[in-house]
Amino acid sequence: MDVLNALVLFSNFVIVPALAYGSQVALGALGVTLIYGILRFSNFAHGATMAFGTMCCVLITWWFKSMGISFGFLPTALLALPFAIILCVGFVLLTDKFVYKFYRRAKASPVILVIASVGMMFVTGGLIRFIIGPNDQQFTDGARFIIKAREFKTMTGLNEGLAIKTSQGLAVFVAFAVVIALFWFLNKTRTGKSMRAYSDNEDLALLSGINPERVVRVTWILAASLATIGGVLYGLDKSFKPFTYDQLLLPFFAAAILGGLGNPFGAIGGGFIVAFSEIMMTYAYKKFFAYLLPADMAPTELWQLFATNYKFAVSFLILVIVLVFMPTGLFKGKSV
Amino acid sequence: MTIDIRAVSYFSIMAGLLILVGFAQSWNVSLSILNLCLISAIMALGVNIQWGYAGLFNAGIMGFAALGGLAAVLVSMPAVPKAISAGGSLIFLSFVIAAFTIALAVFIFFKMPNSKTRTSLIIATTVIGYFITRYFFVPGTAAVEAVSPASTGYMGGLGLPVVLSWLVGGIFAGAAAWLIGKITLGLRSDYLAIATLGISEIIVAIIKNEDWMSRGVKNVVGLPRPVPYEIDLQKTAWFQELAAGLGTSVVTFSSIFVKLCYASLFAAVLLVLIWLAQRALNSPWGRMMRAIRDNEVSANAMGKNVTGRHLQVFVLGTVVVGIAGAMLTTLDGQLTPSSYQPLRFTFLVWVMVIVGGSGNNWGSVLGGFLVWFFWVQAEPVGLWLIDILTSPMAEDSPLRLHLISSAAYMRLVTMGLLLLVVLRFSPRGLLPEKSARRQ
Repeated sequence: MDVLNALVLFSNFVIVPALAYGSQVALGALGVTLIYGILRFSNFAHGATMAFGTMCCVLITWWFKSMGISFGFLPTALLALPFAIILCVGFVLLTDKFVYKFYRRAKASPVILVIASVGMMFVTGGLIRFIIGPNDQQFTDGARFIIKAREFKTMTGLNEGLAIKTSQGLAVFVAFAVVIALFWFLNKTRTGKSMRAYSDNEDLALLSGINPERVVRVTWILAASLATIGGVLYGLDKSFKPFTYDQLLLPFFAAAILGGLGNPFGAIGGGFIVAFSEIMMTYAYKKFFAYLLPADMAPTELWQLFATNYKFAVSFLILVIVLVFMPTGLFKGKSV
Repeated sequence: MTIDIRAVSYFSIMAGLLILVGFAQSWNVSLSILNLCLISAIMALGVNIQWGYAGLFNAGIMGFAALGGLAAVLVSMPAVPKAISAGGSLIFLSFVIAAFTIALAVFIFFKMPNSKTRTSLIIATTVIGYFITRYFFVPGTAAVEAVSPASTGYMGGLGLPVVLSWLVGGIFAGAAAWLIGKITLGLRSDYLAIATLGISEIIVAIIKNEDWMSRGVKNVVGLPRPVPYEIDLQKTAWFQELAAGLGTSVVTFSSIFVKLCYASLFAAVLLVLIWLAQRALNSPWGRMMRAIRDNEVSANAMGKNVTGRHLQVFVLGTVVVGIAGAMLTTLDGQLTPSSYQPLRFTFLVWVMVIVGGSGNNWGSVLGGFLVWFFWVQAEPVGLWLIDILTSPMAEDSPLRLHLISSAAYMRLVTMGLLLLVVLRFSPRGLLPEKSARRQ
């Protein structure tokens, strides 16, 4: 029995990565849920938007680095982030003007908007691959670790090390700050309140003189900014590859629906639940139980619930369970 | 049925394009485009049954087509007796246990009153069942995969004629669609799209990773053919005489002949399916479907079971997609899981349906032909265009090299733009749906 080592091991391979990944998923799911709440359709292009924002950030980071600008022990990408957000917001507003606005005016059914967003997903995906190519891009720099595994071992004298990457710490910290700012905006400012009013009841909101186009514009700005921040944090943590970002769509939807579509608070909770389930279900518990069980009972197999290749099957399972048992999500969202 | 001049002229243009390719490039190229056009048309027809008849958005065409491809392997490939004796019984046992677990969980769900006990019982059943299943499944698959992994490493199939797999592919896809439809239909329309997107990713992941079943990324090659092999044809006397009579070389003619055989098989399937689809569309059932699509609330008020009909039409459309998927794998003669890309399947088929004319079966067939034709021909044209545009730049300029290597992705952008433009400016497509009254 060696509970301490088991706990450290679990934190190192499950809790810390899941916290970072959860923050990234939560930011993406927030965008999906905001767009759903205001524009009332599931935006299939959100993964592509995220990839677009991240691509802008990657390019600007490279440009900064070529000019010799860096950000000390923090990644240079953080300096590039505001510019990337501006570019991504501009792009998304253009797509709204040329694609979605028409259907909104025509009061088209949501499924038409979904199809249009699928079209947008491929246009954006094509543009990204045209500009930066389909391959993996690394753009992180600065200090790699906040705590190194070896330092932790010498500090505590345990067998297992706990490593926290800068990118993981940043993901949690930035996501936390962004979410606080977002909730302050939604609850305290006039624009935020008008957004919530519009989301709750469109007709009443219009009667009380809320300008719908302005609400829609602010929603797109928020969604694109959150997507860019989430995407850059994800890219710093892993790497930037357009295909991976397309695949993130499923965890986003799972998180947003689990939290109740249209409910920002739920999207955050959903994001962490999805991230924790994904990592916990694909983690091999062999070593973990080797610490906890007596030596003669130590497992010989991996003790892994799902192969890592099936990690997005976890999101899908969550989605199915939610749809079957509680279609409005854990935290009350829009009606089914 | 009146003859639609617009349809006839569009199809003549399409035929003209294919003949033009025959003269300009070669008949071999033209016929291989035609074969894929026919398969695309069937896939588009299937999606049109869902979207055009009922307004259901299926974002998982890729997965259902892949299930068809899997069926082609499981039906037509010869069995691998060694592998089956090594691990077959263990895998079979694990399947029985998994089925029993699911049945038990469903039984508990329906037979017990809603309570915390029920929830915990269901969770306990699933978890215990999962571990027992794995206990048999993992050694079983390992044993199967260990049998000469370089050449087989899987259980093989039933060794039946490959044409039969087209039907089986339809059934596989239909079964998956029923499950998804049962869960999501009746809820918001977006949920069907999201769930189909998810299931298609998972189906392709399973085919890629479950080596004991599909050899995974090692691909299954050399699927039996429903038509003669070129080599055999070249050896037979009557064929040599026929080629000599036509004044072509035996080798070229044999490959054209094989492609013609495929084309006639595919055309026969397409004609049968479109006949069935047209009959269905013009029957009382078809009218009911359109009534539901155009006004769900009033159809519901008239006593129509909206969710039930949606499930029905969703399964039917997916069956057609599965058939087309099996046909595609048959034509390729191999199952390559990595070739299942959402762009090539899901998205391109959607462009076909929207461009062709949603709700009109002939329209989606036309869309299948036209979009596939331009999809194939756009690649050389795009490369040529970029080459011309960048010709003023230096031969080794990095920008030029980058643009040339990225030219392929412009196709993606173009197709996306095409979808958006047609959806916005001509949502009824090239061959619009006709209302029954005006006919």
